[in-house]
Amino acid sequence: METLGLEIEKKIVTKEKKPLEKVCLICAKGNLEDVYASLVMANGAVMEGIELNLFFTFFGLEGITKKSMNHLHTATTGNPAMKMPGGLPFPTMLGGLPGVESAVSAMMRKQMDELGMPPVDEFLEMITAGGGNIYACKLAVDMFKLTKEDLSDEVKGIITIGEFYELCDGDRTQIIFT
Amino acid sequence: MAVKTIAGVEVKVTEDGYLENMTQWNKEIANEIAKELNIELTDKHFEVLNYLREKTIAKEALTIRSVGKSGIVDIKQLYVLFPKGPLKFSSKIAGIPKPTSCI
Repeated sequence: METLGLEIEKKIVTKEKKPLEKVCLICAKGNLEDVYASLVMANGAVMEGIELNLFFTFFGLEGITKKSMNHLHTATTGNPAMKMPGGLPFPTMLGGLPGVESAVSAMMRKQMDELGMPPVDEFLEMITAGGGNIYACKLAVDMFKLTKEDLSDEVKGIITIGEFYELCDGDRTQIIFT
Repeated sequence: MAVKTIAGVEVKVTEDGYLENMTQWNKEIANEIAKELNIELTDKHFEVLNYLREKTIAKEALTIRSVGKSGIVDIKQLYVLFPKGPLKFSSKIAGIPKPTSCI
């Protein structure tokens, strides 16, 4: 009887790979690092042949607004991981001075460029070139008084969260919030 | 690591099926790996494959972005040539190691 139990257990354990079929990402923050985290994961999914929906909401909209998308900032205050060049901690007081956030953000964008990371507009193009879908949240677009024209041409549509969930069907789908 | 016969040649491949030694590569091997991936190779494919091999020999990191800027294909065309695996499948067919880039 016991061996029979083991046999059954073995059968259940048999590894069947179930690769992801769809990834749905929600980008709700407009910091440089948050937008890029979403973009890297989105592009990575497309490159792996995984269906992709990328939904920008609230301050995340900065990442698809034509005016701001290539000038995103990273927070120099309230960011304990921020370091000075050389590795010393970055004093919060310094981060609050006018112009510091802009300068640090420009420096970060430059470093990313040197690593081959594309600017946001190009990154969005790369994602749609591979068949990925990019959406803006209707509620947030209304709240920030934006229109379709303010947004990157790569944005497929302005949709509600309900419509987004409809796009997230399928049992091998993951929703990721960044 | 395993030994596999592709197009009549015994080649060493990794667990994922990438060639261990890119010098063992030839056009017939490329065609056969491509067939496994349901891709029929054209001259345009080979232009991309040769570019990938040159860059690998030059030890340059490969990204779909760099291929897109190569002047051979843009990123959209790269996806058309190698559906669902623009860098992964093209590298496999080109006989070069599995890409380690995130972009």
